[in-house]
Amino acid sequence: MTDTASPATTGASAPESSGRSRRVDSDWVRRNGVFVALVLLLLFNLLFTDNFATEGTLRLQLVQVAPVLIVALGMALVIGTEGIDLSVGAVMALAAALIPLYIGYGTGVSIGISLAAGVVVGLIAGVLVAHVGVQPIVATLGLMVAGRGVANLFGGQIKSIRDESFRELGTGSILGIPYVVAIAAVIAVVVGLVVRRTTYGRQLVAIGGNKLAAELAGLPVKRVLVTTYVVSGLLAAMAGILLAARSQASDPTKLGLLMELSAITAVVIGGTPLSGGQVRILGTVAGALLMQLITATLIFHNIQDSWAQIVQAVIVIAAVYVQLGRGTTRKSRKT
Amino acid sequence: MTSTTTTTPARGTGDPVLETVGVTKTFGGVHALRGVDFQLAPGEIHALVGENGAGKSTLIKVLTGVYAPDAGEVRYAGETRHFRGPSDAQDVGISTIYQEVNLVPLLSVARNIFLGREPRNRFGLIDVRSMNQQARELMRELTIELDVSKELGRLGLGAQQMVALARAMSVESRVVIMDEPTSSLEAKEVTTLFTVARRLRDRGVGLVFVSHRLDELWELCDRVTILRDGRWVHTGPLAEMSRLELVSSMLGRDVEEVASEGATEFGESHRRSEEPAMVVSGIEVRNRLHGIDLTVRPGEVVGLAGLLGSGRSETVKAIYGAMHTDAGEVTVSGKKVRANSVRRALSAGIALLSEDRKAEGIIPDLSVRDNIALAVLPRMSRAGVVSEGKIDALVETFMRRLQIKASSPQQKVRELSGGNQQKVLIARWLCTEPTVFLLDEPTRGIDVGAKSEVQSLIDELAQQGLAVVLISSEMDELVEGADRIVVLHDGSAQSELDSRNLSSSELLRALAGDRSTDSPRGGQTGGPTDSPTDSKGEAS
Repeated sequence: MTDTASPATTGASAPESSGRSRRVDSDWVRRNGVFVALVLLLLFNLLFTDNFATEGTLRLQLVQVAPVLIVALGMALVIGTEGIDLSVGAVMALAAALIPLYIGYGTGVSIGISLAAGVVVGLIAGVLVAHVGVQPIVATLGLMVAGRGVANLFGGQIKSIRDESFRELGTGSILGIPYVVAIAAVIAVVVGLVVRRTTYGRQLVAIGGNKLAAELAGLPVKRVLVTTYVVSGLLAAMAGILLAARSQASDPTKLGLLMELSAITAVVIGGTPLSGGQVRILGTVAGALLMQLITATLIFHNIQDSWAQIVQAVIVIAAVYVQLGRGTTRKSRKT
Repeated sequence: MTSTTTTTPARGTGDPVLETVGVTKTFGGVHALRGVDFQLAPGEIHALVGENGAGKSTLIKVLTGVYAPDAGEVRYAGETRHFRGPSDAQDVGISTIYQEVNLVPLLSVARNIFLGREPRNRFGLIDVRSMNQQARELMRELTIELDVSKELGRLGLGAQQMVALARAMSVESRVVIMDEPTSSLEAKEVTTLFTVARRLRDRGVGLVFVSHRLDELWELCDRVTILRDGRWVHTGPLAEMSRLELVSSMLGRDVEEVASEGATEFGESHRRSEEPAMVVSGIEVRNRLHGIDLTVRPGEVVGLAGLLGSGRSETVKAIYGAMHTDAGEVTVSGKKVRANSVRRALSAGIALLSEDRKAEGIIPDLSVRDNIALAVLPRMSRAGVVSEGKIDALVETFMRRLQIKASSPQQKVRELSGGNQQKVLIARWLCTEPTVFLLDEPTRGIDVGAKSEVQSLIDELAQQGLAVVLISSEMDELVEGADRIVVLHDGSAQSELDSRNLSSSELLRALAGDRSTDSPRGGQTGGPTDSPTDSKGEAS
């Protein structure tokens, strides 16, 4: 086999590449493709987009991506267990809808109640999946519908939120970094450490890799699954609160709409396989940034927003295709 | 062993209704079947037997059109057929009855029998009355008492299988293949099923019967075909065969043959203390295990032997809490272990190396290191944070001790050879410092070198005082490796060999369940006396 030292030339050498080099290449693309794409897109914008390299533009990009990233981090954990959480968008709406109802008792209280709502939804999802045995997609689909319904019941229509410290949360900064961005960054670091360094994180990855084997090795499978959905619900609620703080309003019908898809997209193009058993936090961060940058690039160049969705769709399918290519070659390599 | 077609009259002598000629089937270079000839005559019940990997299920799948053979052909009523799928085979008249009935549970019994061929009235609607009438007649003919308007899903599994048989009869199948139909039936249901099967035979249907319960073969079947390692071994009337002959040709061992000593890496008997490490009493698992008792002392290797389906794996899984038990007690070092909980069993000091390395053992995408440390993560952590240093030390110790060959501890376990994967799993369990180690086929599917390494490791562990339960299909491994062998039959411990009579030939005899050589149970097919347990009416 020839030396495949230059992995950048993956797609070109299609016909003659043997099964092995193909496996290596597609694996490499899956792991690192998102970083390459992100760098290329950044370069493109630096060269061809006016006023891209300004503090204001970059700052706006980061502020906009922060809620998606927070949700995606929770989603990455759930997908790592071979699950999926479709309820995150509805949880965001629910969390945001609760803020104006309780803001009178104090900013902290209302945020606390909103986060608790996220935990409750996550708990229900976790119990349904781990104890009742409902498929994750079904359990969270139900919660997605129900959650938004409850949000609408509470919230009714758009409510503006007038609270100074809540407004500060959405628009203020610390050391020049917007709170929203700082919070997302901290969460990313924490989740990354949890996955790598804690018993919970290791057990999560093992359960996603082979649930039966994990059970037979005495791992607390149910507890880990429930915890994971609770974390996802909690993070989604946090994202909903931050979004409401930024706009100083909650709109239960629109807030967090399709967020589950953005989050799943970020996770998948970040290289976390849908079949579970791996969680790639840095990839998820890059994935969220990439999606944000694609949308922004198209807007900078006056292309309709709808195109951004189409481009995103193409990228997701490509990312899943890369995973599949790897999956099939792996199956054929029986030991 | 003879392979002549004898001159016994009656059953199994007509022109075959279904046959295979030189059928070969390979999967990824592995031969599942090599040139197998099989003939099913009309009006016979033909047993198909063989151990794991013998090729029974592959042959059945070829007969029913699920697989196309790589070489050779399938003939039905004398004509060569190329089934393109199971429905092709069904259309010509081959019905299959699996353990799980593949009918529609929400429809009535009658609807299921006539599914796709329901009698219609003049509006083109299903004529329920005449359908039920026809179904009732059919049931009467088969002496099955069932309310045909009842939903199928509400019936017991046995009754559902009768319905499947009735359907086979109503579509006028000429061949019915029964793949382990009795494995989850009650004794009474089995009796009824057999009555119906005989009735079908008497109408000229050819039946293929697969069962792990040897007694059933002589009770029901006329002829037997034995497969071993994908090859045809023997076909002949069952009445002329003793259990011992049958089992020895299934296992490929001669009764007289004495195992050459030193075929395995096992040494001599182990030193043992008298205080038992584990006492298992009265384990019951519905339809699978019936009151299993087992005692293992520290430093002792107890072999669990039995034919396929005898309940070996179920026994160790039940002990380990991985299979739901209905009754029974396990104590380790004198302390009772709470039933049905893997985590309790583990913390009590029981470890189980399961048979299915891929599905139940390794986590393929994790590293060797993470796979080894999997079961002891909480012990390697402080406040939920894993101590990498502790794990490194542990992993290094075990990789060296078991000579695990990997490029580094970080290598993914799926990239290792089968033998090294097995060692990784053994290391995982040894990390838990077990008192009792249950090993289910520890050397299956691994290369010769790794095999002898694993065998000497088991020896060494026992010498260090571990109590070991060893399951193996290889007789040498059991005879040389174990200090005692408990032989299971249909889910209960039937006999035990210890140092006084531990030999291959004794084991073979025990496996065959030969109480004495002069009790041929076969022959009187269809006779009324063959079920000692059930004196009531056949159907109820």
